[in-house]
Amino acid sequence: MSVLDLLLRLVLLLACFLVLPLVVGQIEHKAMAHMQSRLGPMYAGGFHGWAQLVADGVKFAQKEDVLPAAADPWVFRLAPALALLPYLVVLALIPVGAGQAVVSADVGIFLVLAVMGIGIIGTVMAGWASANKFSVLGALRAAAQLLSYELPLVLAAASVAMAAGTLSLPGIVEAWRPWWLLWQLPGALIFLVAGLAELSRSPFDMPVAESEIIFGAYTEYAGLRFALFLLAEYAGIVVLGALTTVLFLGGWKWPFLVGGLGWLWTLVKTLAVAFLVIWLRVSLPRLREDQLQRLAWAWLVPLALVQLMITGVVRVMG
Amino acid sequence: MGLPGRGLAGGLATTFRTMTRRSITQQYPDVSPDLPPRTRGVIALLEENCTVCMLCARECPDWCIYIDSHKETLPATTEGGRERTRNVLDRFAIDFSLCMYCGICIEACPFDALFWSPEFEYAELDIRELVHERDRLALWMDTVPPPPPLDPGAEEAKEIAAARKAVAAPAPTGDRHGEGAAR
Ligand code: SF4
Ligand code: SF4
Repeated sequence: MSVLDLLLRLVLLLACFLVLPLVVGQIEHKAMAHMQSRLGPMYAGGFHGWAQLVADGVKFAQKEDVLPAAADPWVFRLAPALALLPYLVVLALIPVGAGQAVVSADVGIFLVLAVMGIGIIGTVMAGWASANKFSVLGALRAAAQLLSYELPLVLAAASVAMAAGTLSLPGIVEAWRPWWLLWQLPGALIFLVAGLAELSRSPFDMPVAESEIIFGAYTEYAGLRFALFLLAEYAGIVVLGALTTVLFLGGWKWPFLVGGLGWLWTLVKTLAVAFLVIWLRVSLPRLREDQLQRLAWAWLVPLALVQLMITGVVRVMG
Repeated sequence: MGLPGRGLAGGLATTFRTMTRRSITQQYPDVSPDLPPRTRGVIALLEENCTVCMLCARECPDWCIYIDSHKETLPATTEGGRERTRNVLDRFAIDFSLCMYCGICIEACPFDALFWSPEFEYAELDIRELVHERDRLALWMDTVPPPPPLDPGAEEAKEIAAARKAVAAPAPTGDRHGEGAAR
């Protein structure tokens, strides 16, 4: 891989990382609006408000950068970056087409799951540094949520890795067969639900439950730093969609139009998962903290273990 | 209680179905909203009908109708006849910053001088400018829609029923039975 090639890939990656979350955000604006029989943004940019999020970004940039008097300034300033960057790293590891990943690692799945967990540190830092009790509560809720849901997430991913017999992400897609859709279905659902919980997305958005703790760890943030946290949320959706695609939906594989257009299928599947995430947010009410923990430990973990068992049995028999 | 998760699936189905339908949003400044008949937008005054009886001003719970008038004496129309006095309206204003759109003034007016108009775009930058005088109230008469037709099977307005009766039985004969038959 030449330096030029690497540079090109990095630029592409950065472009994707900045554009895809906005696309998902815009889809959320529009889909949510229509699901509620509204129109959503209609003016910005002229055609059906396509530039709404760009306009929002400009607005955020103009806002005052507020630093609470009692805040820990360095940690406070560093937190948004720490929340956002892990997703960039994960996105770099996603194979979008056959042999088309920015970086490829042999233990990709391992690395991806480990790095994804780092994002939570940004939230915890934000909560602690804000010197605000609601922020601390939100951060601790987010951390508790991550701890409970990391286990089913990893177990579900382990099931696929076991089925494919490899830990590398492209390897998993290579080994993937359409009938895995059925075989790994419980794992896929568990992965998606646990992923939602890790992102603190509805219906698992206890850490930012506005009726109880304002906006959780992000309460004290304003302007660009707040925008970065928002971007991190949507980047998280993109990454979750891409990971689900790679692990459970066959990545760039499709019955037709494979050729050099595999990345298109990856994109389509990723956006489909993102739509599902949005759809769930619009339709389902927020879970209570105890229900949330109960779901993880009483349902997802045992189900993930069962999935692992099924995978193991089929592997040994087959 | 059916299958577990049926409620969740039902919620998802509802939102998806709503998404496939046209949204009910009306793009207001670009498209004027289609308001229902009898919309209570603003109160219009038909000056010609007003006799300055002051009933509306007295019935208004907010006391937000201001009426000034003076008496005028009209010379007798026939030689040696009596002079007549009549009320002349000097000022008729409604303070829409106080009005609560209860419609009592319109109901109270015995001479059909007040009407509901669906016009609603009369916002002002200063609350004191919401007192609208008679010329503005008269302008709004143009926007008063014709009364919507009665519901099928509804009772006719009393005036119309009386007029019909008068046409059917022109000469008062005192015959109560005949009147009943005309109905
Ligand atoms: S609508 Fe009610 S409050 Fe308004 S002027 Fe008439 S009587 Fe008064
Ligand atoms: S009740 Fe009717 S007629 Fe009497 S003053 Fe008011 S508007 Fe005029």
